[in-house]
Amino acid sequence: MEKPFNIIIVGVGGQGLITLNNIIAKAAFNDGYDVKTSELHGLSQREGSVETYIRFGKKVFSPLFVAGKADLVLGLEETEALRAVRFANPKTIFVVNKNFISYDQDILQDSVEKKLNSLIAENLRLIPASETCKKELGKEVVSSIYLLGYCISKKLIPLQAKSVLEAIENIIPEKYLELNKKAFELAENL
Amino acid sequence: MRLRLQAAEFWNSKISEAHFATKLQMGFSFWLFIDRIIYMKKEILLGDEAIVQGALEAGVDFVSGYPGCPSAEIGQGFLDIAKENGIYAEWSANEKVALETAIGASFSGLKSLVNMKSFGLNVCSDSLFPLAYTGTKAPMVIIVADDPSCHSSAQSEQDSRGYAYLSRIPVLEPSDPQEAYEFTKVAYEISEKFNTPVILRITTRVAHQRMPVQFKDIKIENKIFKKGEFIKDYKRFSTMPPRVLEMKKELLEKIEEIKQFSEKSSANEAIAGSSSSGVGIIASGVSYLHAREALEELDLKLPVLRLGFFYPLPVKKIRDFIKPLKKVLIAEEVDPYIEKEIRIIAKDANLKLEIFGKNVLPEIGELNQGKIAFALAKILGIKYENPKNAVLDLPRRHPQICPNCPYWFAFTAIKKSAPEGTIFGGDIGCNMLAGVSPHNIQDYLFSMGSSIGIGHGVIKSTNQKVIAIIGDGTFFHAGIPALINAVYNKSNLLVFVLDNRITAMTGLQQNPGMGKNGMGEEAPMLKIEEIAASCGVKNIKVIDPVNFRELSDLIKDFLNKEGVSVIISRRICALLEKRQSK
Repeated sequence: MEKPFNIIIVGVGGQGLITLNNIIAKAAFNDGYDVKTSELHGLSQREGSVETYIRFGKKVFSPLFVAGKADLVLGLEETEALRAVRFANPKTIFVVNKNFISYDQDILQDSVEKKLNSLIAENLRLIPASETCKKELGKEVVSSIYLLGYCISKKLIPLQAKSVLEAIENIIPEKYLELNKKAFELAENL
Repeated sequence: MRLRLQAAEFWNSKISEAHFATKLQMGFSFWLFIDRIIYMKKEILLGDEAIVQGALEAGVDFVSGYPGCPSAEIGQGFLDIAKENGIYAEWSANEKVALETAIGASFSGLKSLVNMKSFGLNVCSDSLFPLAYTGTKAPMVIIVADDPSCHSSAQSEQDSRGYAYLSRIPVLEPSDPQEAYEFTKVAYEISEKFNTPVILRITTRVAHQRMPVQFKDIKIENKIFKKGEFIKDYKRFSTMPPRVLEMKKELLEKIEEIKQFSEKSSANEAIAGSSSSGVGIIASGVSYLHAREALEELDLKLPVLRLGFFYPLPVKKIRDFIKPLKKVLIAEEVDPYIEKEIRIIAKDANLKLEIFGKNVLPEIGELNQGKIAFALAKILGIKYENPKNAVLDLPRRHPQICPNCPYWFAFTAIKKSAPEGTIFGGDIGCNMLAGVSPHNIQDYLFSMGSSIGIGHGVIKSTNQKVIAIIGDGTFFHAGIPALINAVYNKSNLLVFVLDNRITAMTGLQQNPGMGKNGMGEEAPMLKIEEIAASCGVKNIKVIDPVNFRELSDLIKDFLNKEGVSVIISRRICALLEKRQSK
């Protein structure tokens, strides 16, 4: 990998972005890459827009990247994914949870999805992660791990499944480990 | 025969710095006492966590601080491990007290660390300046976390480096977690060598950056907190005049010596490059990483001088770097401090040098590689275009108070019960979310405790009604002197304390109202109603905000009372309640 692989995770404060960020970073480290991430805490966590940057490769200097430089946008919420189009170039893949958290009565799920479809077109993967996790596992909270499983099995993130699982084991508390592993593996069979 | 074995360090192997007591007899027998076990480790660490590691390795004994974003994980990091590592750690009532506590420790011979966010330095500056004069006895490092772009800060986009000039305290600026770890150790080295406090200035993108950090993990078996001793030394610790001006002279001499240290320090590093264009870059903090990234993107190999020392600057090193250049770009965030220094240095070193800084980079907001690449392209006369993406008119998703937060009840009651024209004073913490939709009850917002101080000023200047809305942590931090002032000067202010039993905004830290200290020990529970009463407040009422009608009547009643009134709206933070039920 000549240039670092750039991921931006977007969502709403409280959706577990930082845990997901840490799992991907640790997996990249397990695979022998240099890795840097950047996140925001505090005020921005209280149900506001949140984004974390992850970059891995042979050598990474800055923890940030700029408009048009994302290889992958991981959207835990649709409106926030739409907001992330500024990071996209024509090759950027969007993996987005079909999950809508309303915050403004003038913004409707239908119009957000239409806009995503028109702007991202064939690079958009709109995945019903929340719905599937709720149905299959009884817990929506693991939908981000499900999305990660999807990205790994479809080779949208160039990391080994083994390394990601190791990272999950390392980071997720014992109590929730089985559930998270199940969510990760559930998406592998898509 | 007693031998002390200084162990070498190996990767992933357990090594001990051990004391051997060997006894040669007929055969060979020895006892092995291990007191420090060192593992060399490489792990992904947050910048804040890397600072904790660096300080542990430097042998820190005493940690004080006040939680703020993005520094809170430093204090919390120490509190979580303090007992097992034989360290004393506390959340202090505010940053001034935190610094003074550490000064007491330093004067008693203990190695200390103080942690705070940018504005904390303003709060503690009154004791910071004399500390530069007296100097430290045992080493002290002060961590200050700025927040360019104000991601998690109201108040101002403060560049705390300016305090270096006011206080004459050395300031180091790491760019990533690895450097945060290394520079913490360098800071202790400087402090030890020159008996000066050292400020480690970080920013959000350093504090909350993660990367694999190589460090020594020290496990100290059964370490107990070792007490120091305050040895009286009036001439050293008391700034009473005329001694104070002698101290100033000693300080100026000390800074000259530290300049020599800065010149030799590897914290300042020149990265060679091709200088055919005659352009170079001088960068500090995280801007250094963005600059390297911009060079990669533009496929340029310009020389770069990375300044880890902000104060005192390595003037000779800078002189040597700029001498062969035609143009130099200064990449630093927020204020153009280094740029101004370089303009002075260039007058001797290279009069023809064209200096670029805030004329091509913004003075507002954090930098990134795009902004630096754009500036470089301008300087070099090459083409660089920012990609043009669809412009969306999506409104911002503002932070909100959490679902089930007791503030929902309190804000609604205040809004519905206060008569038209009431002025709502805002304060720092979760309560500042009163200012956003759907409540929109905030007519001013300044600094910790200022809702009360400014409110008193408005009361005295007008015939209007004022409700100062303040959280429990903020009340303990800086609300009390303002309350005393309001009572003493006969205000009619209504102070509304949102007591959610914790300092919530920065990630749930203990405060003096909780009955627990930072290390989780039982501690005296200070009651806000008792503090208010002893400050002379006559009208005081504690109420659970879910009792909407009662609260509503109370607000109306207290707004019409003579003198200062205090309502304490007491209900546990929803996040804390959730955590406790887990």
